[in-house]
Amino acid sequence: MAKYYWNEYQKTIADDKYFYERSCIRQTFFPGSETAFLRIVREELGKDIYDEMNQHTCTGIGYHADVVPLETTMTVVARLFSLMKDAGYTNYVPSCVTSFGVFSEMVEIWNHQPETLEKTRDYLRKATGREFDIPLNLVHPSDIIYKYRFELKDKMKYALVNRFTGKPLQVVEHIGCHYAKIFPEKGVGKAEFPHVLAGMIEAWGGEVVDYPERRHCCGFGFRHYLLQSNRGYSIANTKKKFESMEPFEPDFIVANCPGCTMFMDKWQYTIAEMEHKTYDKDGYGIPVLTYEEMAGLLLGYNPWELGLQLHQVQSEILLDKIGIPYDPKEKYKAADGRILPKPERPNNLLV
Amino acid sequence: MGNLSDLFKQDIRFKEALKACMNCGICTAICPAAEFFPYDPRSICDIVQRDDDETIEKLLRSDTIWYCGQCMSCKTRCPRGNVPGEVINVLRKISQELGYNNDCPEGRKQKEIMQGVGVNILKIGYCVHPDTVDPKMHPEQGPIWAWYVEHIKDIAPRLGANYNGDGPGALRKIRQENLDEIRKIFEVTGGMDLREKVMNDKE
Repeated sequence: MAKYYWNEYQKTIADDKYFYERSCIRQTFFPGSETAFLRIVREELGKDIYDEMNQHTCTGIGYHADVVPLETTMTVVARLFSLMKDAGYTNYVPSCVTSFGVFSEMVEIWNHQPETLEKTRDYLRKATGREFDIPLNLVHPSDIIYKYRFELKDKMKYALVNRFTGKPLQVVEHIGCHYAKIFPEKGVGKAEFPHVLAGMIEAWGGEVVDYPERRHCCGFGFRHYLLQSNRGYSIANTKKKFESMEPFEPDFIVANCPGCTMFMDKWQYTIAEMEHKTYDKDGYGIPVLTYEEMAGLLLGYNPWELGLQLHQVQSEILLDKIGIPYDPKEKYKAADGRILPKPERPNNLLV
Repeated sequence: MGNLSDLFKQDIRFKEALKACMNCGICTAICPAAEFFPYDPRSICDIVQRDDDETIEKLLRSDTIWYCGQCMSCKTRCPRGNVPGEVINVLRKISQELGYNNDCPEGRKQKEIMQGVGVNILKIGYCVHPDTVDPKMHPEQGPIWAWYVEHIKDIAPRLGANYNGDGPGALRKIRQENLDEIRKIFEVTGGMDLREKVMNDKE
């Protein structure tokens, strides 16, 4: 019965008129994913989503690395909410999972301790002269894709099926810790049985790999990755996950947190270079996609405009399995059409 | 009840983060940091509950409070709804306010983080940005990251990004009036005080 537990835990996801907030990590490492999300919401779903030019960081990484005090983060969050208010929106959609956790935490504190809300209003007025409203609906973009997964399926050109065998692709889903571990009721399926990515995978033809360390952190560790001397913590946790998923031979990994996507991609390269070890059979590594990339590929978007060439673990084997056409000559093309020099090849990880 | 205990109980997060710990240890069992470092969130909750200033001061001056990776897996599993990871935030805050973080190697590293992410927020408007992830300092990012950074002006527009441009979009330049408001918020709310404290404390 366990696989049905998530049904008990649903959350309200607004159906239109979203205020989008960009992510430090997603726009840095996966800018094509933010572009794809806006395209999906606007062009595939016909919804209104606003991309505010005056937005900025929520300070979440600094907050969890303890170089930004709570009151400061709270007031920066309030400024972002004031931009939403000024634009006439009430449904806030932060691209980053850390941000989603930070916003959830601030709203929770304001609701539990109303004097902190008044104090934040005073701070924001004093610093900027602005006023803000708490969003009526606060969801992660993966929640919106999840909500409309069946509508999107109707528009998709491809499915998560191995065209050579006819069998569903085996997909590892990784949920960023701050999506539901801090406030389980804020996540689709809560923290123990999150369904936000599993629901997409199942709706689009794939099968979810249920492996022992499925809920283990990717290893970001905030200060531990920021400090070069502490990155052993980060790679050790990623390695633990890969050793646990390896026997299940996943075709790819999908994550809803930009940091997790980046770490699980880049640490595979580092492990291969340090230990001559990859977690697939052939030495290429396991591709790690954002959920926007997964949806975009199935909708028929150009893989190189989604930004798959920015991943260290390459995706051509996966594209071939699904039957998605791509032009290898276009992979290293600049925006003006010039062909750029190719990146260096790793010593051990095959590309 | 001692002074240090009073200090962390004044933090609004503490009310939510630690109600009544029964020391079952499930937080330590699920904790990624406890697997990697000599770290035990159960014993930290135990010390904090004791209200013994001498033991708490020792904790505030130690590497121990700096090992947590802030994944917050402890929150999900605690049968009492406690958040040891958030107790850590409160302890780190007090340790830095009192300058105790300078008594241990992990605590002294806060200066390095302040010089990185702390500066990025004020100068760029984001914690992380491609211009700040130097491939030489991040060999783990691999050759494709180095390639992207070298050719970002040619690649970013193809991905729909507005690299250091005006107007909306991924990687756009944050306008000065927005950076000014962020800085003012830091000044009004104690963010600059913390910065000064961490950067200027003598080790």
